[in-house]
Amino acid sequence: MRPRRAARAGQYAALLGYLLFLAFPLLWLLSTALKSPRELGGPHPTWIPRHPTLANVRQAFAEQPLAHAALNSLLVALCTAVVAVLLATPTAYVMARHRSRLTRAATGWVVVSQAFPFVLVIIPLFLVLKNLRLVDSLTGLVLVYVVWALPFALWMLTGHVRAVPAELEEAAAVDGAGRLRTLVSVTAPLLAPGIAATALFAFVTAWNEFFFALVLLKSPERQTLPVILTHFIGAEGVADLGPLAAAAFLATLPSVAVFALVQRRITGGLLAGAVKS
Amino acid sequence: MTAAVEARTPPAGARRPAGRRVADHGAWFLVLPALVPVLLLSVGPLLYGIGLAFTDAQSGRTSATRWIGALNFRDLLHDTLFWESFRIGLVWAAGVTVPQFLLALGLALLLNADLRLRGLARALAIVPWAMPEVVVGIMWRLVYNPDAGVLNETLRDLGLGTGRDWLSGLATALPAVIVVGVWAGLPQTTVALLAGLQNVPRELHEAAAVDGAGAWRRFRTVTWPALRPVALAITALNLIWNLNSFALVYVLTNGGPGGKTRLPMLFAYEEAFRYGQFGYAAAMGCVLVAVVAVLLAVFLAGRLRGGEEA
Repeated sequence: MRPRRAARAGQYAALLGYLLFLAFPLLWLLSTALKSPRELGGPHPTWIPRHPTLANVRQAFAEQPLAHAALNSLLVALCTAVVAVLLATPTAYVMARHRSRLTRAATGWVVVSQAFPFVLVIIPLFLVLKNLRLVDSLTGLVLVYVVWALPFALWMLTGHVRAVPAELEEAAAVDGAGRLRTLVSVTAPLLAPGIAATALFAFVTAWNEFFFALVLLKSPERQTLPVILTHFIGAEGVADLGPLAAAAFLATLPSVAVFALVQRRITGGLLAGAVKS
Repeated sequence: MTAAVEARTPPAGARRPAGRRVADHGAWFLVLPALVPVLLLSVGPLLYGIGLAFTDAQSGRTSATRWIGALNFRDLLHDTLFWESFRIGLVWAAGVTVPQFLLALGLALLLNADLRLRGLARALAIVPWAMPEVVVGIMWRLVYNPDAGVLNETLRDLGLGTGRDWLSGLATALPAVIVVGVWAGLPQTTVALLAGLQNVPRELHEAAAVDGAGAWRRFRTVTWPALRPVALAITALNLIWNLNSFALVYVLTNGGPGGKTRLPMLFAYEEAFRYGQFGYAAAMGCVLVAVVAVLLAVFLAGRLRGGEEA
């Protein structure tokens, strides 16, 4: 039994190492956010702030239009989630239920689309959106995000549709329910959690996205939260650390909260999409 | 619509193929709403982008864009800055993907074992995944900060010198951003591998243990064969994602110091949106796609062959 106990101890030591590695930057962010400017300027920074303060939060809101940027981010993320799911659900349903050359091509595209560098897509999109006068507009950004979220949404939703047994639909048909009736009263309720998870995932990715927002949004009053956050870092890389940390911490809360809610389902959806194809 | 339903009801034997063929007509109607925007907005721009690589397109130009053949690619061939950036991109992608996989595999195996604190570790492992990349970059800037950062303070406490400015040092900048890359991608890889571990047949594992196989042998003969498809897929995806990454390094170093962390994506971004050289930047994008394709082909071919021998 001795080597077994040694192995257990080794496992716990390794797990502890992982916990430390994963947690320490997060704790340091929180610690920095709670420190006063005087403390941040002084020598020997400590883990626990000597005089914890929330002044950085106030300072952060005063320095940059954070509330407005959060509103922009929320609007863009909500629209992206809703539109992506509305577009992807019917396609995913067909891709899962009917195998044809078309649906196989769509599945192939979903995989291939992951390999293209954004820069190759953003230049033409930028030119197209410019012609449509949608550069520096949130509508244009939502359009880009929907395109970008669609492949993954399709992938996840196809997995979720496959998880709904086709036999249930056939049974409903046998009982005399029409196609629409079957979809509404049998498939939709079973699919709802999967659709919700996909929508929330699209929400988080849009909330977090930086590159497209950086390229497309020029006016400060339209910029989203990640872009505004980079404004805290000056041209020479000098930053007001306290407000920067406070703002960064606040910007993370919504995505972590939403993500925690759906994480299990995302993993499930990924697996379902991957394994049963 | 009713035709599809009726086609499903006939007796068991012939039912399925017939139902499928009839339903395909309805399928078009359902696929189109999603397919049109996908085609219009993603396949279209992609082809347009590849086309741009063969033109002299620039931002804010009044004269018409001209077709210039492979001139952009010929220029790229002699652009030493681009190839340096390219080399850095490869070092970054490999430097992040390999440790990421090994660390994630270790964590996944631990999380799959029956340990205490497992819930905490799982919860904690989600956070980096959910965080905006910009925030990850900002957070690590605070860790690496020469005066107010925890890294230098810890080194000072341990008596390992006075610390340094990690992100501005020519020698330390790239390793420093690679560590951040590993941290940021660890959760996703772990979760994927953890999911893959659910495919490992438990009975086989127990049988091997009863037969006296050691932990390493059990891993090689039972766990790895079941895990391999997932491991292969997530590593390939990680490699692609890392080659295309942008936000993290943009926030951490913006490509500095002296271009030591200027990833290909940062280079192309500057070329396109700072200097307005759309055609040239598109050509860079094409080269990146080509390299990703070749890398993947080599990687997948090698791994698949390796699997047959084992």
